[in-house]
Amino acid sequence: MSSSAPAADAASARSGGSGHTAIRARRLVKSFGKVQAVRGVDLTVAQGEIVAFLGPNGAGKTTTIDMILGLAHPDAGEIEVFGRSPRSAISHGLISAVLQTGGLLKDLTVRETLRLTASLFSDTRPIDEVLQRAGISSIADRKVGVCSGGQQQRLRFAMALLSDPGLLILDEPTTGMDVEGRRSFWQAIRADAARGRTVLFATHYLDEADEYADRIVLMSHGRIVADGTTAEIKNLVAGRVVHATLPGADPVALAAIAGAEDVSVQGERIAIRTRDSDSVARHLLTATPARDLEISAQNLESVFLALTGNDDTEKSTR
Amino acid sequence: MTSTPAPAPVNLDRRVPPLGGFTFTYLGIELTRKLRNRRSLIFTVAFPVLMYMIVGYRLKDTPLTDVPLSAGGVSVAAYIMVSMAMYGAMMSATQTGASVALERAQGWSRQLLLTPLNPLVNVIIKIIAGMLFGFIAIVATYVVAGFSGVQLSPVQWIVTGLAAWLLAGAVFTTLGLMVGYMVPGENAAQITSLVIVLLSFLGGLFYPLSSMPDFLQTIAKFTPVYGISQIARAPLTGDAFDLGALVNAIAWLAIFVAGTVVFFRRDTKRA
Repeated sequence: MSSSAPAADAASARSGGSGHTAIRARRLVKSFGKVQAVRGVDLTVAQGEIVAFLGPNGAGKTTTIDMILGLAHPDAGEIEVFGRSPRSAISHGLISAVLQTGGLLKDLTVRETLRLTASLFSDTRPIDEVLQRAGISSIADRKVGVCSGGQQQRLRFAMALLSDPGLLILDEPTTGMDVEGRRSFWQAIRADAARGRTVLFATHYLDEADEYADRIVLMSHGRIVADGTTAEIKNLVAGRVVHATLPGADPVALAAIAGAEDVSVQGERIAIRTRDSDSVARHLLTATPARDLEISAQNLESVFLALTGNDDTEKSTR
Repeated sequence: MTSTPAPAPVNLDRRVPPLGGFTFTYLGIELTRKLRNRRSLIFTVAFPVLMYMIVGYRLKDTPLTDVPLSAGGVSVAAYIMVSMAMYGAMMSATQTGASVALERAQGWSRQLLLTPLNPLVNVIIKIIAGMLFGFIAIVATYVVAGFSGVQLSPVQWIVTGLAAWLLAGAVFTTLGLMVGYMVPGENAAQITSLVIVLLSFLGGLFYPLSSMPDFLQTIAKFTPVYGISQIARAPLTGDAFDLGALVNAIAWLAIFVAGTVVFFRRDTKRA
């Protein structure tokens, strides 16, 4: 995992900058029967960071989150949240989470659910405030059972805001929300991060990670395969892709072009991945009959596929 | 609340709530949930009252013992009143366990793990709410019976009521918890309801034991409702102290407590 080395440096540099460390995990390992869900995860998150946790299904994201929350116990390794055990941090009201698995009582109203949750903590924000921040003031007296999936998700968010936690963990937080709901949700999150709230969120929406996270942690097959700022992650996979139309293209000849790193040919259309798009483009236009040339930047999605895809092929050939 | 408060930094210096997170707010909400639930109101509170009116009321002038009612004797109606009230308390107590199982299946327990609430305190709150609801069932049955003409001495009212409440609470809360941890999910409620009805018949709550065939009478004495109902009704019958009933009650309580512990351990291991 050579790709994670520079990112880890960057992470430690960041955590050195601010006072508190929110999460410190060392060599976390967790198996379920014969399935190794998490195979040695090191993760340090500084206070106030917004971290996106990315990875395909089964990458170990949820298991790692469960261990940070004390819902699962690591087989090996250690984990601290604000210098405490996860359970102690929760008892102190320092962690909140919006989980997919978290159930709600259908026969309670939205407000009753918040009243109950608030009563369990020593210090909480006013219920009207979290209702408003989650955008559900208008449905406060509605029974949870008749709320839509998106409304229930906002209620979970409101519950998570009650204790004004130092660390907020979100597992697919905007699932079921409409575009407007998603926007106001992220506004609230950013405002809190400015107050020093640390946010760790798992998501399938790459654009959410790209747009809202300070840092991206990419997991695949139980390991962290990349960790850094969005820009750093994008740089991990070589710069750009040059597309062109070239009848009768010879992949071997194309691969020999100086700077070409990866060549794919589909009919008359070719795509060459390169760190030096200028010289590849110059060569194609001057030394070959290529036309309709296009140069595109890598987006997070292609990086995501490149970094998690290798392991997939490795697995399928096994 | 449209003004934006000054962005005070997130406070990391927090306290842990006392008593493992026990609060009267949670207890109050638990009780409200039961009182709002039409089904549990019908089966726990209305059913015993109705059964008393149907079965007991017409026997309010029939003496239970050799002592005639005019000489301060107790009527058969009073005996049935205690049985029915006990049924309500049993019903409420077992639903505690079923609701623990259901809330685990629905993920609410997992949600509560994200709060300072101690999981054991969570169960204790539900037990207390179940006991209070059972108390309501007993009071309702006693009040209706009292107004319909059942006459007891103050001691008899209090001792039978308390005994029915506490014995049914102890034995059947643990039965409910055992089944709840054994059969997680929605099935637990159905299974326990069925078990309660069956055990009530066998234990002689709905039907006098003396009218049953001999072999059933023998079996009945070993079932869990028999012991506690005999003890609760003892102040009415004036019978001699029944050691068998006491042994029965203690043995079943021990069995259900042990079963709860075993299945709770299995359940937490799986989670």
